[in-house]
Amino acid sequence: MALVNIAPKLPPEEYEQRFADINPRLTRQQALLESARCLYCYDAPCIKACPTHIDVPSFIKKIATGNLKGSARVILTANILGESCGRVCPTESLCEGACVLNAEGQKPVEIGSLQRYAVDYVLDRDIRLFQAGKSNGHRVACIGSGPASLACAADLAKWGYEVKIYDRNKLPGGLNTYGIAAYKTRAQDSLREVKLVEELGVKFEQGVEVGKDVTLSELEARFDAVFVGVGLGETWALNLPGEELEGVWGAMEFIELTKTRPFETVDVGCRVVVIGAGNTAIDAATAARRLGAEHVTIVYRRGEPEVPAFKYEYELAQKDGVVFHWNTQPVRVAGHGRVEALECVRTRLTEAGSAHGRGRSARLELLPGTEFAIPADMVVRAVGQQPLVSLLKTARGLVIEDGRVAVNPETGQTGNPKYFAGGDCVNGGREVVDAVAEGMRAARGIDAWLAAKQVSRE
Amino acid sequence: MADLSINFAGIKSPNPFWLASGPPTNTAGQVIRAFDVGWGGAVWKTVGEPIVNTASRYGGIDLGAQKLMGFNNIELISDRPIEDNLREIAEVKKRYPRHAVIVSLMVETKRGVWHEIVKRTEDTGCDGLELNFGCPHGMSERGMGSAVGQVPEYTTMITEWVKEVARTPVIVKLTPNATDVARIAEAAEQGGADGMSLINTLNSVMSVDLDTFAPRPAVRGKSSHGGYCGPAVKPIALHMISSCAQRVRIPISGIGGISTWQDAAEFIALGARSVQVCTAAMHYGFRIVEDMIDGLSEYLEAKGFSSLSELERRAVDNVTDWGNLDLNYKIIAAIDAEKCIGCHLCYVACEDGAHQCIEEYPKASGGNGALRVPRVIEEECVGCNLCALVCPVDGCITMQQVETGLAPMSWNERARQQRQEAGIAYTPSLWGGEI
Repeated sequence: MALVNIAPKLPPEEYEQRFADINPRLTRQQALLESARCLYCYDAPCIKACPTHIDVPSFIKKIATGNLKGSARVILTANILGESCGRVCPTESLCEGACVLNAEGQKPVEIGSLQRYAVDYVLDRDIRLFQAGKSNGHRVACIGSGPASLACAADLAKWGYEVKIYDRNKLPGGLNTYGIAAYKTRAQDSLREVKLVEELGVKFEQGVEVGKDVTLSELEARFDAVFVGVGLGETWALNLPGEELEGVWGAMEFIELTKTRPFETVDVGCRVVVIGAGNTAIDAATAARRLGAEHVTIVYRRGEPEVPAFKYEYELAQKDGVVFHWNTQPVRVAGHGRVEALECVRTRLTEAGSAHGRGRSARLELLPGTEFAIPADMVVRAVGQQPLVSLLKTARGLVIEDGRVAVNPETGQTGNPKYFAGGDCVNGGREVVDAVAEGMRAARGIDAWLAAKQVSRE
Repeated sequence: MADLSINFAGIKSPNPFWLASGPPTNTAGQVIRAFDVGWGGAVWKTVGEPIVNTASRYGGIDLGAQKLMGFNNIELISDRPIEDNLREIAEVKKRYPRHAVIVSLMVETKRGVWHEIVKRTEDTGCDGLELNFGCPHGMSERGMGSAVGQVPEYTTMITEWVKEVARTPVIVKLTPNATDVARIAEAAEQGGADGMSLINTLNSVMSVDLDTFAPRPAVRGKSSHGGYCGPAVKPIALHMISSCAQRVRIPISGIGGISTWQDAAEFIALGARSVQVCTAAMHYGFRIVEDMIDGLSEYLEAKGFSSLSELERRAVDNVTDWGNLDLNYKIIAAIDAEKCIGCHLCYVACEDGAHQCIEEYPKASGGNGALRVPRVIEEECVGCNLCALVCPVDGCITMQQVETGLAPMSWNERARQQRQEAGIAYTPSLWGGEI
């Protein structure tokens, strides 16, 4: 990228400090004290709030008794990506949000941190908790090596399936490896979890793009079932004049650089404008600040009450000194060859089409005469990712609705019975834990479907 | 401000808080610091022929985040020369004439030896003596400590020997490692004791290292049974004190897991005149006495008591035989739906551990769905308290009295009535109660 006004480089240790784990691992004493706070609820609400239904009181009790291996087994049986979920789950709206201590006006038990603590114990020591099941002769291909495929593959391998994962990236792990802010998790953390799946005998074909290097019909011929866990594609374009200028980036592509290269080699402009106010926009904005950008601005076409990012993400951006321009719609990227400014106009939510002119579905009205420009050396688009429709459409019978693969909600089976799907390509882009839950759902669906097929054949 | 001063068998003390004989009262420096921050008295660490101690000596049990719920030790009596101890005791007494300085003693079971140590000790000007008939470890193997306190005849005998020469009040410290501690208390009273103190520590092995299989506290991989104390033993102490308070007349110094003013007030209500503290001071230092004094004064004032004597023995008569308890008193659990946080601990405790009288949400029909409030099946509830005990929310589950319309009736009364109706003659059980 040919940026001109590059933010001055920092000493490597300064980058490490800025991208250091935002929620450091608990010490043994902290973990013991925190685990002692758990009431050990019966039929606990936290279990229900978790998309993968981890038996939270059980694993916390085991931490309290010093049975960390048993604790990790409880977690990883329910969710093979329990470590990264412990780091990146929006726990305050899931397990910790359901913790009964909230109702008593206390801080909820730090379930996410405890979960990570227990799993780190086995990952640090290379303790193997699971084994591949006795071969049942069935073969399953998973497309994409992100959370959904990893979870699907892990369960299938435990049950005796031969599983091969095809992924176009150099490294496995998908979004967990490439797309989560570096201060939450590093690529090597994701790869430690991938190893858990590899240890079950799952084979990874990295750098192989399905549809190009291998066709779907080839997969159909070689495997008994195919799991589609491809996630989403590139960041949506804005369709603005000037978008092709140098210095205009997609958020995912920018974040990926911070995950795959030494920080000092990732150039960032002095003045960065991020378009969009979702969690990915926050990740991009905070990454830009931490890389040394002086001014980082987020422009969002709606108001602060509509901010789509989680509250703690929004607060993090504020702490990092990111400036928010609310009710601001970009209209043009200005510059000569490269970005010089983002031209915007103010907006207003209108009554039409929504309740009381509020909320994310309310219609917007541009206010003439309010045009202004934000000087920028770099513009980052963070307005969501496109579905990988072109690939998905090549699978016969797959139904794509609103850019999402339609599946049976019980089994994850698609319109083509041989294809199952889960994760972002099905839910449109949700949490890692949702992808895991959907991957596991599809594993159960595949197992049941193949078993039924076998019975009908016999 | 309420009067906290006491007169314990002639030993005067500005407040009832004494440091118990143990590591905190080993030296003049410690006792001086303790008196300076408010302790009313101190029982000097047991003086006797110096011994040799081991490393390690102490063991602890934590409960959740609470350190030292229970504590034990295998430390013996003072390892300092008798003359050093006596010299320091004299110095302290001279400097603190209004504080209670009591000296714990333990020597071999010989009349002449006891006579000599009593005389030498009283020459310090101390306010009283405490005879250590309670120490359960080490010394008992040498025929001292609890080896004496477990045998009523020895207790009477040595108390008599001491009383033959003592000029100051004599307190006998009792071991809880006895089948009926009040029987030993009676033996001490019979021997002429002016007061008693209890409980000393309980026999214990604290824990086992599951890697090395060394019991704790470990001395080169081995351990010995030690004396257990700390908050965990308080209920045992309360029972023993109430039992002694009902059977002997001499004043009692209460010991056993006291860490707060509430603990102290409970001991006093069950018959103690002074209280002794050791583990809490070992855990947090002498400063803890400040809130003990402050809290106890506030409590007495709030209750309208002008002195401690109004609190003393106030609960003694309320400890009675089971056969005297009213069988017609009925209470049932009530869950406050506003306070309930939906943990369902009451449900599972009652279902698995008690009497199956609570319905889980959503089976329960009356509850607030959002908060998963369980429902008490009132007609089934036996009023056992378990749900209220496990509930983590203060005041959420309360036990409510239900009018039965029946006159109070104890087991003894009921059995007597049935016996009389059937025309059967009274044959008392071995213990005196109705069968």
